[in-house]
Amino acid sequence: MKFELRGITKRFPGIVANDSVDLEVSTGEVLALIGENGAGKSTLMNVLYGIYRPDEGELRIDGAPQHFSSPADAIAAGIGMVHQHFMLVPVMTVAENVVLGVEPTGRFGSLDINEARRMVKEVSEKYNLDLDPDAIIEDLPVGVRQRVEIVKVLMRDAKIVVFDEPTAVLTPSEILEFFEIVRSLVAAGRGVIFITHKLKEALTIADRINVLRRGKVVGEAIPKKTTESEIAEMMVGRAVQLIVNKKQAVPGEAMLKVDNLSVVEPDGRTVVDGVSFEVRTGEIVGIAGVQGNGQTELVEALSGMRRAATGSISIADRDVSHDSPRERHAAGMAHIPEDRQRQGLVTEMSIMENLVLTRYHDAEFSSGIRMKWDVAKARSNELVAAYDIRTNDPSQPASTLSGGNQQKVIVARELSRDIRLAVAAQPTRGIDVGSIEYVHAQIVKERDAGVAVLVVSTELDEVMSLSDRVLVMYRGKIVADVDPKKVSHMDIGLYMAGSRPAGAAAS
Amino acid sequence: MTTAMPERVVSAEQRKRARSVGITYLVLAMVCFFVFTRRPGDAGFRITETSQFTLPAQGFGWALGIALVAVAAAQLLRGFGRLANVVLALATASFFMSFLAWAAAGDSFSFVGMLQDTVSRSVPITLGAIGGILSERSGVINISIEGMLLAAACTSAIGASLTNLWLGTLIGVLTGMALAAILAVMSIRYKVDQVIVGFAINFFALGITSFISFRVLVPNRDTMNSLLPVTPIRIPLLADIPFIGTIFFDQTIFVYFSFAAVALATWGLYRTKWGLRTRAIGEYPKAAGTLGVDVNKLRYRNLLLAGAVAGVGGAWWPIGIVGRFDQNITNGRGFIALAAVIFGRWHPVGALCGALVFALAEAVRLKIGNFDTGIPSEFLIMAPYVVTIIVVAGFIGASRAPKAAGQPYEDQ
Repeated sequence: MKFELRGITKRFPGIVANDSVDLEVSTGEVLALIGENGAGKSTLMNVLYGIYRPDEGELRIDGAPQHFSSPADAIAAGIGMVHQHFMLVPVMTVAENVVLGVEPTGRFGSLDINEARRMVKEVSEKYNLDLDPDAIIEDLPVGVRQRVEIVKVLMRDAKIVVFDEPTAVLTPSEILEFFEIVRSLVAAGRGVIFITHKLKEALTIADRINVLRRGKVVGEAIPKKTTESEIAEMMVGRAVQLIVNKKQAVPGEAMLKVDNLSVVEPDGRTVVDGVSFEVRTGEIVGIAGVQGNGQTELVEALSGMRRAATGSISIADRDVSHDSPRERHAAGMAHIPEDRQRQGLVTEMSIMENLVLTRYHDAEFSSGIRMKWDVAKARSNELVAAYDIRTNDPSQPASTLSGGNQQKVIVARELSRDIRLAVAAQPTRGIDVGSIEYVHAQIVKERDAGVAVLVVSTELDEVMSLSDRVLVMYRGKIVADVDPKKVSHMDIGLYMAGSRPAGAAAS
Repeated sequence: MTTAMPERVVSAEQRKRARSVGITYLVLAMVCFFVFTRRPGDAGFRITETSQFTLPAQGFGWALGIALVAVAAAQLLRGFGRLANVVLALATASFFMSFLAWAAAGDSFSFVGMLQDTVSRSVPITLGAIGGILSERSGVINISIEGMLLAAACTSAIGASLTNLWLGTLIGVLTGMALAAILAVMSIRYKVDQVIVGFAINFFALGITSFISFRVLVPNRDTMNSLLPVTPIRIPLLADIPFIGTIFFDQTIFVYFSFAAVALATWGLYRTKWGLRTRAIGEYPKAAGTLGVDVNKLRYRNLLLAGAVAGVGGAWWPIGIVGRFDQNITNGRGFIALAAVIFGRWHPVGALCGALVFALAEAVRLKIGNFDTGIPSEFLIMAPYVVTIIVVAGFIGASRAPKAAGQPYEDQ
């Protein structure tokens, strides 16, 4: 079977998300679709899956034009999609999730759950996916949830399987397993579209690579005949620096001290479990780990957004465990939160207002109940220029900025103060390569100025290249404290999965 | 995620809750000592036409008070672990019996009649709660159950007065569905805030039925608002079981319908294809949508069904018990039904239990009114609502609503 997109154009108010895109994939091959966030990959896949209708262009299967008006049509035509954010109902079982929409039924529309179980077992055994049909989704690790999604697609007999950023939530060893699954799908005569922004993975698994930039296909490549930097250049439109440029760190004394810190959820689960570490001035400490192993809660405890159950936090030998977020700010802590739009910014407020959000109460910006808007305006104009925030008018709402520029607003607000400690959670999640370079450079600049920096990221590459020291979190505990220059990605991956590389001493 | 931690740290909330339950036992014990031991005499609880058992009000009060102090001490010192809820239920039930003994000291009353009344009065709360469950399980918050009950009570009273009881009930059902259709279109098609629409429907129903009551029904009382309600149907054999039979099997068709609705809703939600899809669109509609399930169509259907069930609940007032419509006859039962939904954690059987607890509070209020307890009648009228607040706030604690309830589904 050959699946084609011909001249697909999709417009949204103000932007052209897809601009006459041509693309084709056949059964038995892997096509990687690569591009930055906002390049139009997801829109294109939503067109393919019948969620959006294209404004121009058509879809063809073996030459015959198709008109999908809902995902049901796409599924019937043999297209399956594994979404980036899993489409699984967390409180239901594997079997229930898999048969949703194609339920086997007995009398009076009653659900034949035994048949559903049997179907899950059959498919998962055939492709070696090892699934328990009765497990509840929310109890399963992310890698297993992805296999449930794959079974869902296979059960509907998809000929072309689309994976949208499938490796974003996986550990390095899970990624290898995932590639095995992709190979077995291709061997069984199915076609795969692999959407990603990770160049290495595209080069590893794909037969062909299509590069998307600003809604257009800007290039095609065969993995054997190309290099990472060539593709990166196609993606961004200029030569890019793929590694972080920094000098050897010169650590001073301990600035942040965390001692035996635990965080307990209201339902009694311990999510951060007796964590102790230090961050010294002039060094970047990275925390690696698969999403959901307590990093979010650790950062919330550090920033004062959540109370710790046990333990203490001190900044420059002053105990701040019971201080409010504002008091911690005043003690010299900068915080770049992981959710830009919910925690970092008030997106409905202007860029200027967001830039003074943590300092509006300073004498510089207000006297009594009166805000000195003229000072705030002057200051925000300075910051917009100094931190390369791309906007014509700082009085526009922050929501009008792109993700990368929104992140620069937060970086400008947090790092422009006189700080001693910076805590950055997922500082480059979902932003373009150019902005990533910029944010990394700013973080390194702060380090060189003697600030203690803690970076939490689920992107292993980021942690490894940015940090001077790497801690790995697994199930709420710190399981490793290593020098990123002396360990391999694979070894860190083992720590992230809760095991230990052969020959490594217990930490 | 749920691996056993070597050293289990109990969260602050859990500790706080265990402590407040312990303190509640102490407060109950104080009530036993200082209130329930004040009225002398034996209380007679009639359990059939001819037999009764008696409780010495004061003696029972002292005994229970001492027992509760012991329970409170055990709770505060080491807790009951897995038995906590059993102890809580036993303590609550004993306290309730002591309260009745105190109220009826030196007198006797029909205990079985009170429980029979409880089951009857649970009907509109149960059916309202089933309506609420069907809506919220599909992802639509439905606070307009009250309006649906009230409007259906009004139209079914008129319909039944003019035609017959069956047609009257059917008209009530259609009225419930009509209001549900408004909620559905507003919240699904136009994505208006579901709580606001619900409020609007409630006030609309209250306003229009009050208007009809004053302008139409009062002047035409004999022709348009007068009917003979249904009579109880004795189920052969089952109704002859002493005590239990009288409570459950000598009731009107509305009671049997409401039990059947609970059974059917439970089976439907957990054992059918429709139920699987309904639960999916209430938890994570995108999951169902990307598999080709038409989320919004199913939401429309389920809301209409919810309106129909609530419509039967509304028809209970004129056709099941009172024989006419009065202004604001529902008096907040729709909101109590929503409390029953939360009490029952969005499960039909749980909601039925909640409805029975609330109906019991109401039945007790009506019985206690006959005794000279010195409690002002205004306080007695508050009883069902006070029980609602205590039960929902204190005993249920945090419960998990369907995740997508309240969020419109973007079809694209």
